[in-house]
Amino acid sequence: MAKAPKKTPSRKPPASKPASASDDSRPRLVTRDEASTRIVNVGREVYTDVIKKNRKPTMRFPIRALSNVRYDIKRGHFEIRGKQATRTLTYNTVKTFAQSMRLLATTKKDLLDKQDIAGKREIYYNSKSWAECRFDEQPESDALLDDMEAMLGVNREQLGYIPEERGGEVTGPLIVVDRNATTGEVVKINCAKLGSGAWSIPSRVEHLSFDAKGAKFILVIETASLFQRLVHHQYFEKASCILISMSGVPTRACRRFIRRLADDQRLPVLVFTDGDPYGYCNIYRTLKVGSGQAAHINRYFCVPQAHYLGVTPQDIIDYKLEDATHPLEQADIKRAQDALKNDPFILHHKEWQAALHQMLKMGVRIEQQAFAKHGLNYVLEHYLPEKIKRQHFLP
Amino acid sequence: MQGRRKRAASLRLKCGAWDGTVPPMRKKPMVQETAESLAGRQREISVSEFFLKNRHLLGFDNPRKALMTTVKEAVDNALDACEEAGILPQISVEIQQTADTRFRVSITDNGPGIVRAQIPKIFAKLLYGSKFHRLRMSRGQQGIGISAAGMYGQLTTGTSTRILSRTKGSKTAHAIDVQIDTRKNMPTILKDEESDWHPVFYQAAIDGKPVEPVTAKSGTCVTIEMEAAYVRGRLSVDEYLKQCAVVNPHLQLHYRIVLTRAAARDEEEGRKGSKAKAAAAEVAEEPAPGNDVPWTTFLRATNQVPDQPQEIKPHPHGVELGMLMQMLKNSPARTVRAALSQDFSRVSEKTALEICERAKLNPKANPTRIAHQESEALFKAIAETKLMRPPMDCLSPIGEAAIEAGLRKEIVADFYTAVTRSPTVYRGNPFLVEAGLAYAKPGDNADLTAEEPIRLMRFANRVPLLYMAGACSMNKAAASVNWKAYGLSQPRGSLPLGPMVLMVHIASVWVPFTSESKEAVAHYPEIIKELAFCLQECGRRLSVFLHKRQRLAEADRKRQYMELYIPHLALGLKDILDLKDRDEQALVKQLHTLLERTHLET
Repeated sequence: MAKAPKKTPSRKPPASKPASASDDSRPRLVTRDEASTRIVNVGREVYTDVIKKNRKPTMRFPIRALSNVRYDIKRGHFEIRGKQATRTLTYNTVKTFAQSMRLLATTKKDLLDKQDIAGKREIYYNSKSWAECRFDEQPESDALLDDMEAMLGVNREQLGYIPEERGGEVTGPLIVVDRNATTGEVVKINCAKLGSGAWSIPSRVEHLSFDAKGAKFILVIETASLFQRLVHHQYFEKASCILISMSGVPTRACRRFIRRLADDQRLPVLVFTDGDPYGYCNIYRTLKVGSGQAAHINRYFCVPQAHYLGVTPQDIIDYKLEDATHPLEQADIKRAQDALKNDPFILHHKEWQAALHQMLKMGVRIEQQAFAKHGLNYVLEHYLPEKIKRQHFLP
Repeated sequence: MQGRRKRAASLRLKCGAWDGTVPPMRKKPMVQETAESLAGRQREISVSEFFLKNRHLLGFDNPRKALMTTVKEAVDNALDACEEAGILPQISVEIQQTADTRFRVSITDNGPGIVRAQIPKIFAKLLYGSKFHRLRMSRGQQGIGISAAGMYGQLTTGTSTRILSRTKGSKTAHAIDVQIDTRKNMPTILKDEESDWHPVFYQAAIDGKPVEPVTAKSGTCVTIEMEAAYVRGRLSVDEYLKQCAVVNPHLQLHYRIVLTRAAARDEEEGRKGSKAKAAAAEVAEEPAPGNDVPWTTFLRATNQVPDQPQEIKPHPHGVELGMLMQMLKNSPARTVRAALSQDFSRVSEKTALEICERAKLNPKANPTRIAHQESEALFKAIAETKLMRPPMDCLSPIGEAAIEAGLRKEIVADFYTAVTRSPTVYRGNPFLVEAGLAYAKPGDNADLTAEEPIRLMRFANRVPLLYMAGACSMNKAAASVNWKAYGLSQPRGSLPLGPMVLMVHIASVWVPFTSESKEAVAHYPEIIKELAFCLQECGRRLSVFLHKRQRLAEADRKRQYMELYIPHLALGLKDILDLKDRDEQALVKQLHTLLERTHLET
């Protein structure tokens, strides 16, 4: 079994653990009042600048990009560095500034004070009542929401914004303990007994607790079709693992769910994606250490204990899959070269550099389904067991 | 024979080169001329006959232009006369339609008048005048214009030119009718009377109140009846007079045109009088009673008569070999050296000596002898000698202030500027250029639209030039300037577009017109260069103005934009901090101040 990175798994009662450990592993629970106070503080600063200090107000927030992250080895994720962007009130920023203020006001008054929730798109439509201050397109309001999140240091779920995306399905020897949102009644979901289907991860996962006594590890899979094959053949029983499907880049909820589950049940995480730069650098890297874009909240959404199972470039050779590959496209090559140059995670791991160089040299990419060349069930009968047995993982 | 000719003609037609002439009959025997028989038909051609046949050279190529040219020549003469006499000019132009294609033109001035003996020659002899033999800036040059107009009237209607003139202090005025004897280029006097005529000027009513007519102590009135056509527009008498008023801010000008009822009605009906209708009405219609047609007055903007330019002697560098020979021959001086220093400007005794040495001539030689034998050497020597530029006091510019005043007076615009360059020389002739510019806010002046080319007003020695714009160096210079750099759009190689009037003036002792009708200025590189510099300076000033206006508009736009969002910012803060309305208002006010301080002050 893969040795999970040394990590202090957090327990449920935060009071029993040192605050710092709890900070690391789960979003520091910010009460609505506290979030509200932070908004008021931002507002007060602006107000003081204008009225008392007679100067143009500014808003500061951390720059969210790969260039402003550092790979924190100890914690195992991308940590945001100090670079901050300053938005000073000028002719050019007056509209954004006004929109930010109105967005903060709405968040405070309509969401936090009234204990309500809203989707990103709802907030976009809500702005339509702001006359000329309205958002013309949703990306505008999304960007401001991200800014606000970074500025307040609170992830938006805690401000009452619910993600509209859902993602991730789970099967395997796991019992999820949920609660009925209206009655508060405890609901237990046995993910091993869902027939040919799977349990889908909800958008908020903080309140869930788990029981995964029969599981030895978590296998995270990129594509839904391969997930279906494994479920169909009840692979999770044979391998005693929890199967999670991501369908592309994992959503925040999915990442958080894996993290919590892995921490809670002290389970190693193995990731199985397509063998291409997107699978390595976007899907796997984001899952394990977070992204540049969400740099300010990576510490909650990363899964540092994850290891990469495949498909590695070496697997193409080892499993004689050369004729089941596709040539790398221009975008793939660019992505790989970019990662080799700029991605702090890749730059830290020589193994990954070697893998990417190997892929670039071979000039091909491979999909998870390519193992069907040797028979439809070759992947679960030979590839996965062998890989897990030999523990040939990338960091 | 018949068939052959026809075939020949059709063949030519096929070739597409038939020039419209019937091929000569071959049968007719050629008459051989002898020197003697030729001599029998060789005789002198009078200038009058020459110009009668070539009237387009004088600006009488079509009826419309004839009317304009007549007014122009008479007004030019009147202005020259007034200015030379130091009189503040007052001119009245009255045009009366007497029949469908006949007009009677009367121009009255308050000038010094003309003595009885000179009247016939001035008005009925071509190439007679005071201005040809001197180098001095004036409107008229050759002494052709007004006589030619009279000749044209005489040719087309058979009437004579009527002149009324009164000199200051004389008891009576003269009333003289003259015609020109085109064979001899001599005046024929038809009537010569004493009269108690006084020049009278009727002024347009100001604010509905009629103004009493003004009577002058001296003056001249010339009346010519001619075949002509009256069409409004860019090439009309109206436009000419308007430009005259722009360029002569010291001139008080009265004008009216009295059309026959038929013509006036056609004017009303969309100004496209059908000729057939007018011709039908001609018999029945009497000219409209003149008194009810109001006068238009172009008021003067200054009471300053322009300084009288000085007459100068020719500059050696502007003299050609033939003229040099002529001048030496006619010189009253005894020696070449004296002739050079006395008959030319900018040649001192010392310089004259230098020229003689260079030409290897004896400075004491007889100029007449030099003219015959060694003038070429002398001519070369003059060209090689460095000389001072000709004196510039022979030029009388309108001046920047006066140009601006003239433009302001006649053109509605929101930016005016004018530039007067210092004098310079082409071919030994001093000249200077001036330019003025009036830029209207798009939409403010219906005559000037942003999409059309700018209007270029050309002037030479204060005379508006309306025709042959394309052939004029002023046009060329204006098109050669890169107006895009100054904020106007400009199609390649042509005048820029925009709601703008550009006036260009060339003042010179000898303006190089391309023809006797004085419509276009020849393309001397020195002139075009000066014009371009002058226009560029105007353009720079325009660009400063346009940029400033653009900046203001931009600031206005920014202010409006910020005013849109500041209340929202304050409202947001009010919601977050639970502020009072008063605080919110203070916030809005303070935000305004903060933003305007950095963004709207320049």
